[in-house]
Amino acid sequence: MGKHVLVIEDEPNIVEAIRFILMRDGWDVSTLSDGGLAEETIKSRRPDVVILDVMLPGRSGLEILAALRADAATESLPVLMLTAKGQGRDRAEAERIGASRFMSKPFSNTEILASVRALAGV
Amino acid sequence: MVPFNILVAVCLVYVGLLFLVAFLVERRANARALPWLRSPLVYTLSLSIFCTAWTFYGAVGYAVRSGWEFMTIYLGPTLVFVGWWWVLRKLVRIGKTQRVTSIADLISSRYGKSNMLGVIVTVISVVAATPYIALQLQSVTLSFAVFASTAADGGPMPDKAATALWVAVGLALFTVLFGTRNLDSNERHLGVVTAIAVEAVVKLVALVAVGIFVVWGLAGGPADMMARIEASPLSSWDLQPGRWVGLIFLSAAAVLCLPRMFQVMVVENVDERHLATASWAFPLYLFLMCLFVLPIAVAGMDLLPPGTNPDLFVLTLPLAQGQDGLAMLAFLGGFSSATSMVIVASIALATMVSNHIVMPLWLSLRPARAVSGDVRRIVLLSRRLSIAGIVALGYAYFRLSGGSGALAAIGLISFVGAAQILPAMLGGIFWRGATRVGAVCGLLTGAGIWAYSLYLPSFGPDAVISARLMTEGPWGIGWLRPQALFGVEGMDPLIHAMFWSLVLNATAFFTGSILTFPGPVERVQGAAFVNVFDGEVSAGGWVRGAATAEDLLILSQRILGGDEALAFFEAEARMQGKAGPLPDPTPGFLGALERRLSGSVGAATAHAMIAQTVGGAAVSVEDLMAVANETAQIMEYSARLEAQSEELTRTARQLQQANEKLTRLSVQKDSFLSQVSHELRTPMTSIRAFSEILMEGDMSPEMARRHATIIHDEAIRLTRLLDDLLNLSVLENAGVQLTLGLVSLQDMIDRALVTAAQTRPERRFTIHRDPGCEALYVTTDADRLTQVFINLISNARKYCAAPEPELRIAVRQRGGRVMVDVIDNGRGIPEDSQALIFEKFARLTDETRAGGAGLGLAICREVMTALGGSIAYLPGQGGTAFRVTFPLRLQAAA
Repeated sequence: MGKHVLVIEDEPNIVEAIRFILMRDGWDVSTLSDGGLAEETIKSRRPDVVILDVMLPGRSGLEILAALRADAATESLPVLMLTAKGQGRDRAEAERIGASRFMSKPFSNTEILASVRALAGV
Repeated sequence: MVPFNILVAVCLVYVGLLFLVAFLVERRANARALPWLRSPLVYTLSLSIFCTAWTFYGAVGYAVRSGWEFMTIYLGPTLVFVGWWWVLRKLVRIGKTQRVTSIADLISSRYGKSNMLGVIVTVISVVAATPYIALQLQSVTLSFAVFASTAADGGPMPDKAATALWVAVGLALFTVLFGTRNLDSNERHLGVVTAIAVEAVVKLVALVAVGIFVVWGLAGGPADMMARIEASPLSSWDLQPGRWVGLIFLSAAAVLCLPRMFQVMVVENVDERHLATASWAFPLYLFLMCLFVLPIAVAGMDLLPPGTNPDLFVLTLPLAQGQDGLAMLAFLGGFSSATSMVIVASIALATMVSNHIVMPLWLSLRPARAVSGDVRRIVLLSRRLSIAGIVALGYAYFRLSGGSGALAAIGLISFVGAAQILPAMLGGIFWRGATRVGAVCGLLTGAGIWAYSLYLPSFGPDAVISARLMTEGPWGIGWLRPQALFGVEGMDPLIHAMFWSLVLNATAFFTGSILTFPGPVERVQGAAFVNVFDGEVSAGGWVRGAATAEDLLILSQRILGGDEALAFFEAEARMQGKAGPLPDPTPGFLGALERRLSGSVGAATAHAMIAQTVGGAAVSVEDLMAVANETAQIMEYSARLEAQSEELTRTARQLQQANEKLTRLSVQKDSFLSQVSHELRTPMTSIRAFSEILMEGDMSPEMARRHATIIHDEAIRLTRLLDDLLNLSVLENAGVQLTLGLVSLQDMIDRALVTAAQTRPERRFTIHRDPGCEALYVTTDADRLTQVFINLISNARKYCAAPEPELRIAVRQRGGRVMVDVIDNGRGIPEDSQALIFEKFARLTDETRAGGAGLGLAICREVMTALGGSIAYLPGQGGTAFRVTFPLRLQAAA
């Protein structure tokens, strides 16, 4: 079993793409389609990297990130933020709250794979 | 019993205390440090000078003699304060705007600042008040005598005349010291008023204390008291309706016309709103004052030896029971009632005498140097002499009448005299047609009849009017007999005199007013008085005269005092926009100056003084017309300025609104672009990711097909989004080209259902329709309207989560409008979201990837607007329901 990545993203096709790319590279991928259970899922099985969308139904990715950073257990968990809005404001906000990395959609497959590897220290 | 010396000492200490109160208040008032002094409570208590010694002692005597009739004296004022407070309010407002200093000033000022009227009212008031002041002296003297007579070791007891003299001198001194300490331009005496309020409390406490002693100490409580009243001769008293109504009317008139009431009610009023409190609090005070009158009267008749003066029961009853402390309190109460009345009455009368008789005389005696010398000093001196003179008159009356007559009778005679002012006063403030001639006729007629039929006979037979004249009439003319005028016999003398004097007074007043025309000044003043609530009406009417500002300043400094006059002139100059202390002598300035001066010397005198200085002794119609023209020009100019200013304000407001709208639009545009970016990038992400995967090759054909399908779907989603955006953009910019035609509504719905079935084709909907209703031909753009139906039906197919989904399409026609409702059996839309759904990108359920971008309803709304109709959410239909409304026949835009 390889390293574990948690993908929190509501677009099913994007989730499928990310899962395909990472699994082919030997990662163990689990997914969540909304942010409601993010912390519980992370606590029950701690991933090595979290990929987190900014615009999620119900609870925004930035809120989840802030909650993770406020908790000592997940303070240093690598988090890769994704956004489709393409605005500088989101990036600045995400970095302020403590995103490990930030990527705009659409991204290239090699780019996201390289980022996940770097964050997991592989 | 109390030794005489001690009694005198107590009185002196009490007066000293009042003195101290008045002094402290005056000093603090200058520092404006006592807000409670300006409370409505002090005002209400000061009104209680209506309750004089006559009320304090005399009401009991009155009750003994005439039963319940004493109540009328309290009922009149109560009716005025409860029901007629709007008259009082008008008087107070006029008093403030016209700076009225007395009731004589009010009448004089109303009827063209006529000094003759001022003199008439002053004389009537002084004549009517003199017996009343005598009455107060008498009651104090009598109470002294009762209290001290039995004292063995009290030293020599002076006779009544000497006591009365000392009381009179003391009161005159006190009044002079506080009534004329300074010459206020507003003619208010805060210190005196507060002292009066203190006295009001003392007399109320005293009377209530005696009453409680009688009811609970002498009788066995209220029930026993009621029984005793029933058993007393008072219970057999029967009501005389004529006298009852007449006396209520009389006391009501007195409360309006007595100079001392006018003084506290109007002149000393600090704040018009205090009247509101007084309108209930003063009747309450009166009620408490009369509550125990009957018990005291009955107890006095039961317990005191026959022949005891009932007018002194309040004092003699506790004295006979050995309650010296209570008796002392009662004595102080009576003393307070008497002193407060004399003080206020003499201040009020002295102001009138000084302003309307002494000052005009002095002015006319020295015409050449009219305003030389220190007028201030002369005004003060004349006030002080007038006070002394009025108290002296009261003392003289007391000596001449020999202290005879029941207290109540004297009081009522006074009331009838004062009531003669009523027609001229009420007519003056409510009827613009009232004229000076009418007022003079009415006042002289009424006063004459009053003197002839009531006042002079009250001195007793053969004192002034011979007994023969009383019984046979002058020159033997029977219908001119003083107490049976026009042959009306058998009437109560008081009611008789009141009836004839007031009826003839009012008749003369109306006749005189109707037959004559008011002069110009009178006309202006009449308008200012009657319309006092319609805002400022220019009162004076001065033309730009020959006077220089220096002359006027010198004049004012002598009346107002150097600093105050200078400050007033500087303020006026600033208002005119001039530097330095001297304003131009414009009509407006002269008017303001006149009002200011009239506060010190009365309206007529102020008018005369300025007239002398300016040189134009009277104001002619031509002058007034000139002033009116000037005023009209100024008003027109200021109206133009006002219009311009309004225009500017309006433009500024419009600009601000436009700016706000632009800001709002800019924010909306940013948010829209951000959302468009999101909606475009999301499918783009899938397309890029899967196309890169496909580019790498090396996978099974099934996997490749699956990835290609996703790319295909997302490309279609992108296309649809772009279509929607373009569509919306065209609609919003009103660049839409409508293709109107006559089409079947049923056909449009059919088409929409077929097209919408492509959305989630796996779902089976039960469709309810009513073909009868749908059989309508509509003039509209068929493609656009069908698009709206498609969007609505597709939405239902996408979002309706019911296990057995149903869709109902209901059509109705109302006049020229058609309504189509599209209703499903889903969960509906939460209330707080209903307002949002027509906004762009307002997709409520992000979890349902329905493939839309959230533009469908926004497009529907734009389409319906273009089609002259509307779309709305219908709450409470058991599911999601939309109503589309559009005209049956859409007219092509011109």
